[in-house]
Amino acid sequence: MTMAHTLTPTAEPATDIDDVARLLTPDGRRIPDADLDPWVADVGTDQLRALYRDMVLVRRIDTEGVALQRQGQLGLWAPCQGQEAAQVGTARAFRSDDFVFPSYREIGVNFVRGAKPEDFVLAWRGEEHSTYNPYDINTATPQIIIGAQALHAVGYAMGITYDGTDEVAAAYFGDGATSQGDVNEAMIFASSFQAPVVFICTNNQWAISEPVTVQAKFPIAGRAPGFGIPSMRVDGNDVLACLAAMRWAVDHARRGQGPAFIEAVTYRMGPHTTSDDPTRYRDPEELERWRRRDPIARVEALLRSQGAMDDEFVTSVAADADRLAAEVRSACLTAVSRTPLGVMDHVYEEPHSGLDEERENFRAYLEGFGDAAADAEGAGR
Amino acid sequence: MTQLTMGKALNEGLRRAMADDPKVLIMGEDIGKLGGVFRITDGLLDQFGAKRVIDTPLAEAGIMGTAVGLAYRGYRPVVEIQFDGFVYPAFDQIVCQVAKLHYRTRGNVKMPITIRIPWAGGVGAAEHHSESPEAYFVHTSGLRVVAVSNPHDAHVMLRQAIASDDPVVFFEPKRLYHAKGEVDLDTNLADAPPMGLARVAREGKDVTLLTYGAQVTTALDAATAAEDDGVSIEVIDLRSLSPVDYRTVEASVRKTGRVVVTHEAAREAGVGAELIASVTERCFNYLESAPVRVTGHDIPYPPAKLERHHLPDLDRILDAVDRVLDRPNSLTEVAR
Ligand SMILES: Cc1ncc(C[n+]2csc(CCOP(=O)(O)OP(=O)(O)O)c2C)c(N)n1
Repeated sequence: MTMAHTLTPTAEPATDIDDVARLLTPDGRRIPDADLDPWVADVGTDQLRALYRDMVLVRRIDTEGVALQRQGQLGLWAPCQGQEAAQVGTARAFRSDDFVFPSYREIGVNFVRGAKPEDFVLAWRGEEHSTYNPYDINTATPQIIIGAQALHAVGYAMGITYDGTDEVAAAYFGDGATSQGDVNEAMIFASSFQAPVVFICTNNQWAISEPVTVQAKFPIAGRAPGFGIPSMRVDGNDVLACLAAMRWAVDHARRGQGPAFIEAVTYRMGPHTTSDDPTRYRDPEELERWRRRDPIARVEALLRSQGAMDDEFVTSVAADADRLAAEVRSACLTAVSRTPLGVMDHVYEEPHSGLDEERENFRAYLEGFGDAAADAEGAGR
Repeated sequence: MTQLTMGKALNEGLRRAMADDPKVLIMGEDIGKLGGVFRITDGLLDQFGAKRVIDTPLAEAGIMGTAVGLAYRGYRPVVEIQFDGFVYPAFDQIVCQVAKLHYRTRGNVKMPITIRIPWAGGVGAAEHHSESPEAYFVHTSGLRVVAVSNPHDAHVMLRQAIASDDPVVFFEPKRLYHAKGEVDLDTNLADAPPMGLARVAREGKDVTLLTYGAQVTTALDAATAAEDDGVSIEVIDLRSLSPVDYRTVEASVRKTGRVVVTHEAAREAGVGAELIASVTERCFNYLESAPVRVTGHDIPYPPAKLERHHLPDLDRILDAVDRVLDRPNSLTEVAR
């Protein structure tokens, strides 16, 4: 348990947001941390700029998603503004052949894993449950059942062990999810089988309207050692610290040392989803405090102090972000719904006489409409 | 052909499935050294080792959820749920994940998981050890649900379930674990009747009696008894509850015109309700009388000393047969 961060019980331990390991202060100064520093010794200006670019692009996808929902193009959107460092920083620690099991909010994780523009919108638009083939980007379809994916990651990691390879699996979940049996069972299985899995709890302080203090009276990272899993509580708005902590965790798992647990302490700046009204439960002061800890501004300040934030770079990142947002928008607006019969596709892998008969009946019904049905099948919405 | 108990036939089924395919692994509580509380996995740990015969922590959601991850990775997990009443903690993983992942990913992710459940009552067990939860799973699209009634089917269908690329909920009537029967261990799976087909367990011409699992034995006893009364009952062992082989069912109903369904599970929204609705839709013009269900009562499973009043027995089945034949029966007696 080399990296276990000191978890000092304090007055409000579940929310003591500065009891974290960090490498960048909220105003963007680089500070040393003996545990984390070696893991990012190779990260120079170019890599910092790349992380900055990732985060700006992710924020831009998020803004576009919210806009598309407000314009009636998406049924729902789960914003990730404020969590870009926790998502990008941790996800950049994986190899492409590692396998990641995200929740619905991990836009930045999926971006890093290689999701395409349509992969961010078609599910929320209601066209697909999962746009991408998980095996194309080694990332499971986003999970909506809170905490279920933690077990999937462990099972996958057990498979890695049986195959005798050195990939790792990872599960992302929120602070609310840590109350679920599945997450706790996942830690037991992971520990018992020494599975090469990393758990990343994104503690964004809220589970819809419930503050983290309803789920936890002690820092969440403090739970993992009780399962025999070393853990780190890291500043989730510090992309460098997130990268470092995750590199440690991934290395630990990859070297056959078993599971590791990261708690990224961050904040969800927007609503839980576009259906949510955070003013009903959240103090505006709190939001303001967190605005001053913005993960993107923090890296920007550091880059500026290093003279690495020239106009050309700023312009090129902005242009990349706008281009990506336009692609996301276009993927949304040009979406073509599957044909009516498509609702029956892929329920089973092999023929199922009951569903096959139902499909034939539905097909016959649709054919009763003649050309109109053909149009309806082809034209989408 | 070999004489084997159903338990041994299942054990051999697992052994052959594991020998045939290195991706098959089995997991559950106490399945290693102990060989499972019913000894169905007896000897497999010695033969295949602890990586393929996994004694898991005592957590059903954990077992099912890690099986999902293993399937993601290309394995074919066979999960043992220790007893029927303990599948409920795993219910979320089964209905939300196992059943749906293939659909959600448009066929990209396969879930070839077999969920073995020692099932149903009649063995004088403690509370939560005699449940019949099959309707929950039949109602869940994406799952196949089968229930075996004899050692040969148990052996062959288990191997078919494991070979299937779809998830299969596999019900094993614990009341029959020690019942013996002929088993052809060398059955070539390609030649065997598919898992989804029903079996006419006994031919008859007056009444079609639909059932599955241990209740097939009771149904056959009822048919033998009815014969003395001059009534010819056709007994159909459904074998598969999702899908149901309606071709076989329809052919029988067209012949007899009368239908009785019997199962141990409670009646309300049960498999019998589904069967009768479907038979009525399909064969209304062939029906001579309203179909009748003979089921467990709509109560929590009773204490062991009372379970014989709950489980549909031969007499309750024959009473229902009298009803569909419009012969004097318990209802007409009450009315009189
Ligand atoms: C099993 C389950 N229960 C309830 C919900 C409804 N729900 C969706 S998100 C959410 C809050 C989750 O909070 P947290 O785990 O902290 O993640 P966050 O959304 O903050 O990223 C709830 C209650 C759900 N999706 N799944």
